[in-house]
Amino acid sequence: MKTWFFTEDAYPYLPDPAEYESIRVNLPNRHYDPVKGADLYHMYLDMWLAAESHGLEIMVNEHHQTATCVVPAAPLLLAILARQSKTARLLILGNPIANRNQPVRVAEEMAMIDVISRGRLECGFVRSVPWEASAANVTAFRGANRMWEAHDLILKAWTTRDGPFNFEGRYYHHRQVNIWPRPFQQPHPPIWVTIGSAISAVPVAERDYVGAVFLAGYMNVRKIFDGYRAAYLKRHGRPAHPDRLAYAALVYVAETEAKAREGAEKNLWYMRSNKVTPHHSNPPGYHAPDVAVNFMKGADSVVPRNPSLQDQMARGNVFAGTPDQVYEQIKTLYEYAGGFGHLIMMGQAGFLTMGETLRSMELYAREVVPRLKELIARHDHNHMQELRTATPDRQLTELGSFGLEFTR
Amino acid sequence: MTSCTTTVQRLQGIDLRVSRKGRGQSMLVLHGGGGPLLGYPFADRLGERFELIEPIHPGFAGTPIPDHFDGLEDLVYLYLDLMDALELEQTIVLGNSLGGWLAAEIAVRTTARIAKLILVDAVGVKVGGREERDIVDVFATSQRELDRLMWHDPALAPDTSKFTDEQLKVVAGNRVALSLYGWDPYLHNPKLCHRLHRIKVPTLFIWGASDRLVTPAYGRSYCGMIPGARMTVVERAGHLPHVEQPDAFVATVVSFAECRRRP
Repeated sequence: MKTWFFTEDAYPYLPDPAEYESIRVNLPNRHYDPVKGADLYHMYLDMWLAAESHGLEIMVNEHHQTATCVVPAAPLLLAILARQSKTARLLILGNPIANRNQPVRVAEEMAMIDVISRGRLECGFVRSVPWEASAANVTAFRGANRMWEAHDLILKAWTTRDGPFNFEGRYYHHRQVNIWPRPFQQPHPPIWVTIGSAISAVPVAERDYVGAVFLAGYMNVRKIFDGYRAAYLKRHGRPAHPDRLAYAALVYVAETEAKAREGAEKNLWYMRSNKVTPHHSNPPGYHAPDVAVNFMKGADSVVPRNPSLQDQMARGNVFAGTPDQVYEQIKTLYEYAGGFGHLIMMGQAGFLTMGETLRSMELYAREVVPRLKELIARHDHNHMQELRTATPDRQLTELGSFGLEFTR
Repeated sequence: MTSCTTTVQRLQGIDLRVSRKGRGQSMLVLHGGGGPLLGYPFADRLGERFELIEPIHPGFAGTPIPDHFDGLEDLVYLYLDLMDALELEQTIVLGNSLGGWLAAEIAVRTTARIAKLILVDAVGVKVGGREERDIVDVFATSQRELDRLMWHDPALAPDTSKFTDEQLKVVAGNRVALSLYGWDPYLHNPKLCHRLHRIKVPTLFIWGASDRLVTPAYGRSYCGMIPGARMTVVERAGHLPHVEQPDAFVATVVSFAECRRRP
């Protein structure tokens, strides 16, 4: 199993949440101090490079107009890492292509990063979260359709060797496409797409791309991964290898359970900070009608505001403990989910310091990673299916639409 | 209450729902982002003198959005087709908010079937500078604040907390449809101001004095773009003067309809 170290690059120095309406979209940037922000960028870049030195892979993401993730242009971070790292795979998860008006520009940026890194790019495409609609000034309606058409154009731009070619689609028009550079990897970098439901997993499985879930937990992981695997088998005539699926969770490892819980509590800032407004959480055309109705009835977010560590661990959104405990937690979820080849490790959030983050990272790399590699080396499709059947669905209290609609 | 009938008109491969109420001169009623209008008491009163014809914009009131629809222009051509199909003559076109914008867009293309135009708290043009927000961003504003801005008396706003899930689904669908027709450029067409001079039929703007979603000042600028148009302000009314002050609204409409000379 590959582990991808990930931090959202948060800016945590905020006033009391009682003093603002939302941490996303409309929190004025007077609350952002660029001097502190510079220190944070350098710290986060150092974290990713440290992750590489421990044999972990690198993942970055992108959000806009929010203190939760001050990376409005993930390709810029990745470009720095493409030069400064040497061996790690570089995952961007991902490019919000439904919200970017020039897919060809995205194809160019990604090709550049692939060439600079000498072929280490793993390129994710996402429909993006609801709060991005106002930030991008792009309607969420038909976002999935636009995402797939933009994807088609990017893929053709990457793989065409005898351009220019013409593209006049339903949503995007570009008449003379002929990108320089072309990607380093042939025919193109591996592609990842976030999935949030069995239905959204189908086009990803059919194209043989990696499907990644965020905040899916025990509640949703089975139905999403089952949807992926069924569509994969149907299209390709063989079972999906676990390296087609990725699971993201908050991870904190320490020598003692007490210390681990302390670090994991700090990491929960990721959820606790997500104070948002119902109207920005529910832009027109983003959610399915029944989910939109939940927001109109007063839900303010798909992310819980007051999560307890215990509850989030039970849900499989947080792995925390000693190396033995964390390995067991991951293995249990892995078997429950029917297997996955990638763990996206949110290893830092909020006020977790460089030192605290690195201690957990080192311990994880030294004690947990070798066991996860063994686990996946032993992977046997039939055995996994038996295990899967032998484990009944976990019964958890429904938390509304939590996770289900987060990244579909 | 005057009875309301609904038929389905097949146009452009779309099953367009069309409601009717009353008898008399035809009046095409174009609703706004809140959905159909014929259920309100003002429509009963107008139905005593006019045959009100209200197409439900696809996407509103639980109807689907056609795959080929991208924006307001698609509605404009759908309704030009509708007016041809119904062979409307000497019709009064009355539109509120989004529907007012729609009425203006139809009229700049042709007024062959139109006798008079009534724009009620209409959107559709940009009147202020690039950094002025002419129209409140309804997609970035809480419902509570919208109620405060839209109504003279916010207590009259529908209490969505008492809605069933099915009713809320319709409201959610209306919001999606509104975004389709007006997301960007936001609830206006930058070209429209250069075309409004083409409207040669008598045109009346009716505006709620307390509308803070789109203010009377916006209405006066808009009114100034159509030759000979005039504006009547309805006191103690917000964005929906036909709902908040039906008596004054109906009297204004009837008097404008009966006026033989240009207003």
